[in-house]
Amino acid sequence: MGRSVLVVDDESNIVLSLEFLMRQAGFEVRIARDGEQALEEVARQPPDLILLDVMMPKRDGYDVCQTVRANPLWKNVRIIMLTAKGREIEREKGLAMGADDYITKPFSTREVVERVRQYLG
Amino acid sequence: MLTPWQVIPAALAYLFLLFALAWWGDRRADQQRSLISWPIVYALSIAVYCTSWTFYGSVGRAAASGVGFLPIYLGPTLMACLWWLWLRKMARISKAHRITSIADFLSARYGKSTLLGGLVTVIAVIGIMPYISLQLKAVSATFQALVAVTPEHNAAPAMFEDTAFYVALLLTAFAILFGTRHIDASERHEGMVAAIAFESLIKLIAFMAVGLFVVFGLFSSPAELFELAASDASLAKLFTLPDAKSAGDFVALTFLSGLVIICLPRQFQVAVVENVSEDHIRHAAWMFPLYLFLINLFVLPIALAGRMAFGTDVNPDLYVLSLPLGAGQTALALFAFIGGLSAATGMIIVETVALATMVCNDLVMPALLRLAPSHLKARADLSVLLLRIRRWAIVGVVGLGYLYAHFIGQSYALVTIGLVSFAAAAQFAPALLGGILWKGGTSSGALAGLSAGAVIWFYTLLLPSFARSGWIAGAFIDLGPFGFELLKPYALFGLSGLDPITHSLIWSMMANLGLYIAVSLLSSQGAIERIQATLFVDALKPAGETGGARFWRGTAQVADLLALAARFVGTENAERAFAQHASSRGLELGEVEVADADFVAFAERLLSGAIGGASARVMVASVAKGEIMGLAEVMEILDEASQVIAYSQKLEATSAELKAANERLKELDSLKDDFVSTVTHELRTPLTSIRSFSEILRDNPELDPAQRQEFLRIVVEESERLTRLINQVLDLAKIEAGSLGWDIHPLIAQEALESALAATRRLAQDRGVIIEENLPASPLMVMADRDRLIQVLINLLSNAVKFAPENSGRIRAQVAASDGGIRFTIADNGPGVPAAHHETIFDKFRQVGDTLTAKPSGTGLGLAISRGIVEHLEGRIWIDSQPGQGATFHVQLPGA
Repeated sequence: MGRSVLVVDDESNIVLSLEFLMRQAGFEVRIARDGEQALEEVARQPPDLILLDVMMPKRDGYDVCQTVRANPLWKNVRIIMLTAKGREIEREKGLAMGADDYITKPFSTREVVERVRQYLG
Repeated sequence: MLTPWQVIPAALAYLFLLFALAWWGDRRADQQRSLISWPIVYALSIAVYCTSWTFYGSVGRAAASGVGFLPIYLGPTLMACLWWLWLRKMARISKAHRITSIADFLSARYGKSTLLGGLVTVIAVIGIMPYISLQLKAVSATFQALVAVTPEHNAAPAMFEDTAFYVALLLTAFAILFGTRHIDASERHEGMVAAIAFESLIKLIAFMAVGLFVVFGLFSSPAELFELAASDASLAKLFTLPDAKSAGDFVALTFLSGLVIICLPRQFQVAVVENVSEDHIRHAAWMFPLYLFLINLFVLPIALAGRMAFGTDVNPDLYVLSLPLGAGQTALALFAFIGGLSAATGMIIVETVALATMVCNDLVMPALLRLAPSHLKARADLSVLLLRIRRWAIVGVVGLGYLYAHFIGQSYALVTIGLVSFAAAAQFAPALLGGILWKGGTSSGALAGLSAGAVIWFYTLLLPSFARSGWIAGAFIDLGPFGFELLKPYALFGLSGLDPITHSLIWSMMANLGLYIAVSLLSSQGAIERIQATLFVDALKPAGETGGARFWRGTAQVADLLALAARFVGTENAERAFAQHASSRGLELGEVEVADADFVAFAERLLSGAIGGASARVMVASVAKGEIMGLAEVMEILDEASQVIAYSQKLEATSAELKAANERLKELDSLKDDFVSTVTHELRTPLTSIRSFSEILRDNPELDPAQRQEFLRIVVEESERLTRLINQVLDLAKIEAGSLGWDIHPLIAQEALESALAATRRLAQDRGVIIEENLPASPLMVMADRDRLIQVLINLLSNAVKFAPENSGRIRAQVAASDGGIRFTIADNGPGVPAAHHETIFDKFRQVGDTLTAKPSGTGLGLAISRGIVEHLEGRIWIDSQPGQGATFHVQLPGA
């Protein structure tokens, strides 16, 4: 059975590109447009990995990360935060909240795919 | 006719009453229930100015020269206008420095100079001598008139047959009882002031009683009196105004008496030293002139009546008594005598007390300190010595007055004698007024001016009075000394044709004032002098420290200071004062061993009240260890301190400014950080999409054409978004920096709105939003930059389109004249904006729609830019909105 990736971002064009990339790499892709939706998706069916944007309406990326990490059922969910370069604080905060890794925007599409594969074997 | 056995007991009873009043006044003062806390008491005490010279002499002068008596009262009345400035300043200085007399005041002002204090004292004693003799003469002459002893005018009677001698003895005793019963820690004499005020009241009532009797008793009305007088040719001239020569004298006398109202030692005593409240000065400034007016009201009527009744047979100086006596009103005559006695005793008491204080503090004490310091140190209780000095000083002062009266005064009228003293006292005026108004006056200047003025006064007034009485050879008056005509005392350097008083006044004041200014300009001030000059001249400025404490370096034992003070003011007084000072500083006297500079300064002030500033300084220096600082050193420290203070104040102000600027910078910096990171974030978003899809397109050449087309569209769209964002950031930066180019001119509002509508109609159609336009037919002219205005309107319209519900949106766009300008209104039926955000939506990167819908596709800068533009056009932009009921944006711009 294929590995699943949950793409969370409020920018529809970014979601669209990530969805394309993940599908192409052979993962099952689900989408959430904000933090709340993201947590609903996780609760419905925990994905293997979440590509999580930080700045989002409603509950932001940190919030989602923390909530996921707080639940032992979801301890196997990998989380890669999508952060902004020049905002080291976002990266550090994300890692502190329990994210596995981070990718800075604008990202290289190859790097994103590489990194996700790295975690999902 | 009265007998001596009626008059003498009446006079003694009156004096006893006075003494009781003074004693009671002192007791009340000790009980903190002062009798003299009313302004009227202060004003009445200043009326000690009106002596027996006023009481009798004014009538005498009026009988001889009409209104010639007036300048003596006109001067002080005019001067009273300046009291609030000058007198108040002197009173405040005196309080601060515990000034005891005018000599003390001048000595303190000019660097606590003992020489100056001594000179002032000598001038005062010699100068006032004729004035005291005048009082003695008046009392004895009026006594003789009352008991019908023919006054012997030109022959001096033997001393023991001379009434004046007994009067002098009596008044000496009385003055000693009044002024030197005890030595207070204070330089004030409340009981004396109360008694003096009472005397002023009595003499006013007595004089007015005689006046009323003359006008309404001897004549039926003032009108009748004046009519009768006017019909007498010899009296008619009294009504005329003075001719040119006497007009000059009139002005000179007015000037002279204006000066002496403060400069006479007794006037300085009651007006300055005894002043208890500065507020009293304000009241006295009109009460005292009123007093003068009242006491002069009947002068001319009495003089005229006297001339009509007695011709030239009776000495006009005695009309006040002769008229009631002649009419058989012995009781009224006796009352008038008591009034005159009041005037004389009041003057003698205050004058002798003031002079005795000066003699003691500024002449004898400094001399003793210099000549026999060991003698002073050996004595345990110096207060007895001080009292003894003062008592002998009183004896001496009255004694000199008697001698003058006995040997010289017989040949003069009262007024002339008084004016000689006036001219002497006026010599203090330049140094006194200069001292409180001009910081540059130096002690050398004061000494030079005062000496010159005094010498000229002595030569042109006093010496001739000796000569006239035959006491010394009189030839030099008419021929000049050794035949030098230019040096004739009444026509110095050929200045002739003037009244001797005017003549003397002109020369002495010219020399005095001229030398005071010239020598002051040429000489330099010592350190203490500079400090005192500043303290005196700036006395009314609200200042902090008086600086007294700073003159002391090191300390003294409290016990030593206490012992020192006790020797002069008595143990009980000293202990009480020290304890008060200690508790005022939150200390317990018993616990303080070492006195600090403050305590030493306090002790000095306490002693100043008893023995004068200059002597107190020397005495305190003898017990304070570490000496008085070198004067240059004091000055240096003061200069340095004031520089440091000024510098540190400047520093403080600067650092506060810096702090504020720094806060502001930090704030701006964090604002800038926020802005930059927000901008970069906003830039990053479209950039991320562009990069992703470009790479996808690059890595997937075999992508199907539809998808490829879709991805390319996104790249183009995001590129446009990026461009728009960059442009807006630049726009905003330019607006904020003020560097945007503007082309503001009148234009048609409808046309601008029409252009904006044309640009957004397509977008609205795409979203199925209907735009209602409401443009009036007649053109509305608005003052704006066309492109910027259209930018604002497009921004508002596209916002409206964006937020209006898809397919059911309705937008209303209108323009109208309103509030004296042009108003554009864009309303939509979108979700609206909560009131909390009505202001913040115009901030950068604020998008309120977030929480309700998906993120709107704006940059978050549109409204911020719109506001920047509208404000630059001197207009206003705002929103009306209720959540759920749409939003209405208004833009108000000036019309053209």
